[in-house]
Amino acid sequence: MAYSELIKNYERIRGYMRQFYVYGFKSREEYRTKSARSYDNERRRVESWLGDYMCFRQDAHGKSVFLSVDSRSIQSNPLYKSFKAKSFTDKDITLHFYLLDILADGEQLTLREILERMASGYLSHFDAGFPLDESTVRKKLKEYEAAGLLAAGRRGREVCYRRQEDTVDLPSWLDAVSFFSEENPLGVIGSYLLDKFETVPPYFGFKHHYILHALDSQVICGLLVLIRERRTAVLTVQGPRAKAPARCPVCPLKIYSSTQSGRQYLLAYRYVEKKLAFTRLDAIQKVEAGGYEPEYEALMARYEKFKRHCWGVSTGMGRQLEHIEMTVRINPGEGYILQRLEREKRGGTVERVDAHTCRFCADVYDASELQPWLRTFIGRIIQLSCSRQSVVDTFYGDLARMREMYGGGSGAV
Amino acid sequence: MGVAAVLFSELYGSYFHVVAAVLAEAVRRPLTGSRLEEIVREKAFVESVLTIPAALRSDWPLLKADGTTPLRHEPTMPLTLLQKRWLKTLLQDPRIQLFTPCTEGLADIEPLFQLADLVRFDQYLDGDPYGEAAYVAVFRQMLTALKENRSARLRYTGRKGRLHNSVCLPLRLEYSEKDDKFRLLASGRRNSYSINVARIQSCTLLGPAAPELYRAPVRHLESLTFRLWDERNALERVLLHFSHLEKETVRLEGQVYQVTLRYEREDETELLIRILSFGPMIQVVAPERFIALIRERLERQALGPG
Repeated sequence: MAYSELIKNYERIRGYMRQFYVYGFKSREEYRTKSARSYDNERRRVESWLGDYMCFRQDAHGKSVFLSVDSRSIQSNPLYKSFKAKSFTDKDITLHFYLLDILADGEQLTLREILERMASGYLSHFDAGFPLDESTVRKKLKEYEAAGLLAAGRRGREVCYRRQEDTVDLPSWLDAVSFFSEENPLGVIGSYLLDKFETVPPYFGFKHHYILHALDSQVICGLLVLIRERRTAVLTVQGPRAKAPARCPVCPLKIYSSTQSGRQYLLAYRYVEKKLAFTRLDAIQKVEAGGYEPEYEALMARYEKFKRHCWGVSTGMGRQLEHIEMTVRINPGEGYILQRLEREKRGGTVERVDAHTCRFCADVYDASELQPWLRTFIGRIIQLSCSRQSVVDTFYGDLARMREMYGGGSGAV
Repeated sequence: MGVAAVLFSELYGSYFHVVAAVLAEAVRRPLTGSRLEEIVREKAFVESVLTIPAALRSDWPLLKADGTTPLRHEPTMPLTLLQKRWLKTLLQDPRIQLFTPCTEGLADIEPLFQLADLVRFDQYLDGDPYGEAAYVAVFRQMLTALKENRSARLRYTGRKGRLHNSVCLPLRLEYSEKDDKFRLLASGRRNSYSINVARIQSCTLLGPAAPELYRAPVRHLESLTFRLWDERNALERVLLHFSHLEKETVRLEGQVYQVTLRYEREDETELLIRILSFGPMIQVVAPERFIALIRERLERQALGPG
C-alpha cells in the first residue's frame, strides 16, 4: 500500500511517538518488533507532523530519532497534531462539504432531496463520474446526526435532516479553551476547538507539563465515559514484559494521574483477581465497553476505604498497613521545609516536635513507595523508622552508595 | 472498535480543516494553483502539499479546474456533541471561574465525564484559592492587561512577607499542575520577574504599554548531564519523569545511559531534590557546581540510625 501521512489506527503511531519522545536513543535496527518499512513510514509521518521538534543523532549504535520539547516554552501541545491525521475516503471528504453546504441555509431536507441537489448542484460541475450511492449518503447522514452536526426530524413518513444550530458563543470561551486545552485530561478536544480560531491567546504557559499524556487521550476518554456511566470494560493490556497483550475485564473506578512522574493509571476492580488494582494507561491498547455494574456503589465504598492508605499507586502485599516515620531538622529561616511537608504529606500527618524539628508519619499499604520522596529530604533527616525494616535498610543502603558515588571510591565523580 | 473512537476522527483533522480554508477562498474568488499550495503550506502538515492539491484536482469533486467551487457558502461546521460535552465538563472545574465563558447553548448537554473521576494523587495541597473573589478579581484584571497589552500596578506580598508596589507589563500566566498554582511572568522597569498570583493583593490596569520601557525577559538555561543505571526500572522512570524538559539520551554501554537536560537556573533547587529522589540510580557528571550541591546535602546527612 502506498505511503500516506494519514493513519487509520492510532495505536501503532502512539507506540512510536512514545518511544521517540521518552527514550530517543534507539536506532532503526532496535525497533525489532516492527518491520523496517513500518519504522520508516512511522518516522516519516512523525517528521511530517512534528518536524520542528524532531532531532537526529548518529553514533556507533546507528542513527537515532528523538523528539525533544521544552514544554515550558510552547503554547500548545504539538503531540495533538497526531490526532489530526486520521485517514478518510474520497467520499468522506466530498460528502462532508456537500452536506454541510446543502443544509447551510437552515433547510430541512430528505435523503432524496439531498441526493437530487448533490447531483444537480455539485456533481454536475465535474466531468469525471463520482459514484455516490444512496446508502453511502444515508450512512453519512446518520453518522453526522450521531456526531451532533445534523438533527433528524420527520416530514410525513420521510426522515429529513437539518444542520444543528450553533447556539454556543464560542468566542466567549476562547481563554478558557486555550487554558484547558493544555490542562484537562482531554485537552485534545480543546485543541480541536482552537482550530476554529484564526489566532489563539499567546499568554498562557505551563510548567511541569507532561505533554505525553496526549497520546493516551483516546484510552482515557473511553475510560472516563464508562466511569461516568458506571459501566464495565474489557481492557486489552500490553505489559512491558508480557509477550502478548492480555484481555482484562474490569470495572473502572478512577483515573490516577501523577503530576510529578508523568505516569497515569486506571484504578479498577478486576473481576478475575477480585481486587482493586492499578493499570498504567500507556499499557492499555483498547477499551471495550461492557454492561452496567449493578454493584457499583459497593465497589465505590470499597474504593473510599482503600484510598485513605494509598500513598501512590501501589496496593502493597495483602493490604497490611505499614507505619513510617521521618523526623527532619528545620534550621532557623527554613520555615519553608515545614510548608513543604504540609503540602506534600498526602494522607500522612505532620507535627512540630520542637523549634527545630518536625515529624512526618503515615500508615500506607506500601512504605517503599515513599522512598523517592524521602530522598528529597536528604541532608535533613534525623531519624527514619518503618514497621518494615527493609524500607529503612534500602534507604540507608542507597545513601551509602550515593556517598561513595560522589565522595570517594573508584566510581566517584 | 474502542468506545472513544469518536475522539480520533477526520472531522477534526488537518485535511478537513485545510480544505475548508481552500474552499472558503474559492467561494470568494477563483483560486490560483499557487495560492492553493500557499494555503496548504501555511496550514497543513509538511508533506500535505504533495497530496492535498493533487487530490483536489483529481479525486475530490470540490474544486473546479477554473479555481471555483460548486459550494455556495464558505464552509463552516457546527460544534460536535463531543466538543459541547467537553465544554460542559469544564464548568465543573473550579478554575473556570477565572474565565468568563457564556454557558448558553449547553443547558441540555451532558458533561463528557466527571472531573472528580480524575485523581491527581501527588498534587501539592496548597493550591491557589480559585473560589476566593479577590483572587478571581486579580486574575481577571491580569487577563485583561494581557489581552489589551496594558501595563498594570501590582500590590503584592514578597517571599519574605514584605508588601511591594510595582508597575509592570504582564507577559504570561504560567500554571503548574504539580503546584496547582498560577504565576505571573512580568517585565518591570529594571528587570523581569515572576510572582505567585495568590500573593497579589490588587492589580490596577494602566494605559497601553510601551515595551521599550520594560526589561525583556531572559531565560537563563543551564545544562545538566547524568549517568543512569537501569536498575529497578530506572530508565523508564527517569526519562518519563524529566520528559517535560528538553533532553537527549545516549546509550553508553549495556544498561548505562547518559542523559543531558536543559533547565532554568531559577529551578535549580527543585531539580536538585528531583535528582536526589532517584538515589544511586543516577549520577550527575556535570556541571561541577551541581555536583557540589549534591555532595553538600549528602555530607549533611547522617548515614544511619545513631
